[in-house]
Amino acid sequence: MKEDLSELYRYRELLYMFAYRDIKIKYKQSILGVFWAILMPALVVVSGVVVRYAFALMTNSQLNTTEMVGVAVKSIPWAFLVSSIRFACTSLIGNSSLVTKIYFPKEVFPLAAVLSQLFDFLVASSVLAVILMIARIGASVYLLWAPLLVFTLIVLVTGIGILVSAASLFFRDVKYLVEIFLMFGIFFTPVFYDVSTFGPRGRVLLLNPVTPILEGLRACIANRHSPDTAWILYSVVFGFVLLVGSYMFFKRLEPAFAENI
Amino acid sequence: MSDLAVRLDHVYKKFRKGEIYDSLRDLLPALTGRLFRQSELSATDKREFWALQDISFEAKRGEAIGIIGHNGAGKSTMLKILSRIMKPTKGHMEVNGRLSALIEVTAGFHPDLTGRENIYLNGTILGMSRREIATKLPEIIAFSGLEEFIDTPVKRYSSGMFARLGFSVAAHVDPEVLVVDEVLSVGDYLFQQKCIARMKGVIHSGATVLFVSHNLRAVAELCPRALLLDHGKLAGSGPTNQVIRQYLDGSCGQRTLPANVPVYISTVRIRDQNGEGITFDSGQTIWIDVEVMARRPTQKLAIVFWILDDSQVDICDTSTERLGMGSFSLDAGECFTCTFEVQLNLVQGTFYPSLALHRYDIQTTYDSWSPAATIYVRSDADVRGIANCFPKITAHEKAEAAALRGAGLRICG
Repeated sequence: MKEDLSELYRYRELLYMFAYRDIKIKYKQSILGVFWAILMPALVVVSGVVVRYAFALMTNSQLNTTEMVGVAVKSIPWAFLVSSIRFACTSLIGNSSLVTKIYFPKEVFPLAAVLSQLFDFLVASSVLAVILMIARIGASVYLLWAPLLVFTLIVLVTGIGILVSAASLFFRDVKYLVEIFLMFGIFFTPVFYDVSTFGPRGRVLLLNPVTPILEGLRACIANRHSPDTAWILYSVVFGFVLLVGSYMFFKRLEPAFAENI
Repeated sequence: MSDLAVRLDHVYKKFRKGEIYDSLRDLLPALTGRLFRQSELSATDKREFWALQDISFEAKRGEAIGIIGHNGAGKSTMLKILSRIMKPTKGHMEVNGRLSALIEVTAGFHPDLTGRENIYLNGTILGMSRREIATKLPEIIAFSGLEEFIDTPVKRYSSGMFARLGFSVAAHVDPEVLVVDEVLSVGDYLFQQKCIARMKGVIHSGATVLFVSHNLRAVAELCPRALLLDHGKLAGSGPTNQVIRQYLDGSCGQRTLPANVPVYISTVRIRDQNGEGITFDSGQTIWIDVEVMARRPTQKLAIVFWILDDSQVDICDTSTERLGMGSFSLDAGECFTCTFEVQLNLVQGTFYPSLALHRYDIQTTYDSWSPAATIYVRSDADVRGIANCFPKITAHEKAEAAALRGAGLRICG
């Protein structure tokens, strides 16, 4: 594994070039260009707010700013998770000529996929940050939690991305399974709603390792208090174990890629 | 560092024929099937075949080795194993030093990116650093000859331009071990010459080169030593000319005769003053011995002899009749032999002598054997085209144009 990592380090420029390529071609020949990176998550945020508005109507309560901010800070990371996993999943299949023709550590494909989506995520979250700053919302000492939470999310997403990219190379079924999970995942993850919506039974949702991260982000930005440390630790451990496991799984299968794609 | 650059030790590679289970629906029956079918190993074995069998060879530092063989002989599989894209099923492989493989030079291109961006992308894929590419960029662009279009997306390129750009990037990687698979076939004649010159430079700089090509001429020009692969096995190894000869011997000579022909060409033998051969010098005289056998009585026969070049163009065509020998007739079981003599005033390259048995008055061809053999013509002179007219050049002193005009020479302009 140490050798694999040092080889990956030698090919770091390739990782950068692939990410650059993916970002560049994504917005080439489009009128709105990079603006899409803001528009797409903005749509997710808007639909989240619509859902919350419906909740508020049903319970005869008012939709307040804190709730709206909560939806926004959860929707944007969720959009990043969905697009990265979707993109990473097809990253090997989509580059089959390179997989079968030229030698280099193939994990650069899923990694570059996550990296290029990270660019969009950064653009979108910067815009959100500017809006929150102008509205004077969210600034508190608990904001220091945010980088750790985002980092954990990236680790988790990378782990899933590496795993599904290799698995879908062998069995295309994985691609459809992933699509289904991503499509319905939003119902099993508190993005538009909160864990507390379900009362005490909602804690089951925290077993989904994405939940503590999203809830944590809402807590530290929108509600200005410390997130649930134990559950965050659970996500961190889950993320790292998954990443290491996926990476080993990937490297194990890598020699068979060329003839099985 | 050891003197050894590449070593293959009893390498085997097995492939599966037919569809590999691509979805769970196919996999489950296949897995359960395997549980119950343990005894019938042969059933699964039929779906498998050996692409490489027991390949062992070594290449020393700075050596250039050609790898030849017919389609499907395992050449590309061997290169894929060398470049670590595939793992051998059995056996051991060792490469010392930075290896670069020119297997498909345009594989890394993205159609939406410009030529310049693709140089960076493809360069990093081939293992160069961005700084290295930046310093070589002018050189790469100049080599491709695409200065004008370098900031155009490559999807607007012609396929020739595309391939040229690909090779230009690949040719500027400085590897210690270079593996080349049939990339010289891109571009026009001039570009190919440029590529061969570049490869010679790489070999000269001390890199080890493994060169796969169907272009026997290029192999002979670049590599002193060659390997011959045949159906996944190492069939020959040694000095390139010898191996090429072995390859050509093996690929000709076998043909299936229609059962009901009355007469047929039974043997063709090509020789020069030193005896039978397949590699000759340009300008040399060679003899082609032809033997014709008759099964049934046949009259007024003529033997047609012609030579094809690499592009299947008939470059020399004659017959026993046209050479003034007249026709001949054969009774059942009789045999006729004759010898054509030709002078090989041909440029360096591969040529294909061919023969046919013909009856002119009723326009019937009884037997046609094309190519009947493959010969390889050597030449030190840099003459291109087909015919070697043995050109020579003599320089004269500088002189006044008026004086030359006085001597009766016409001057243009």
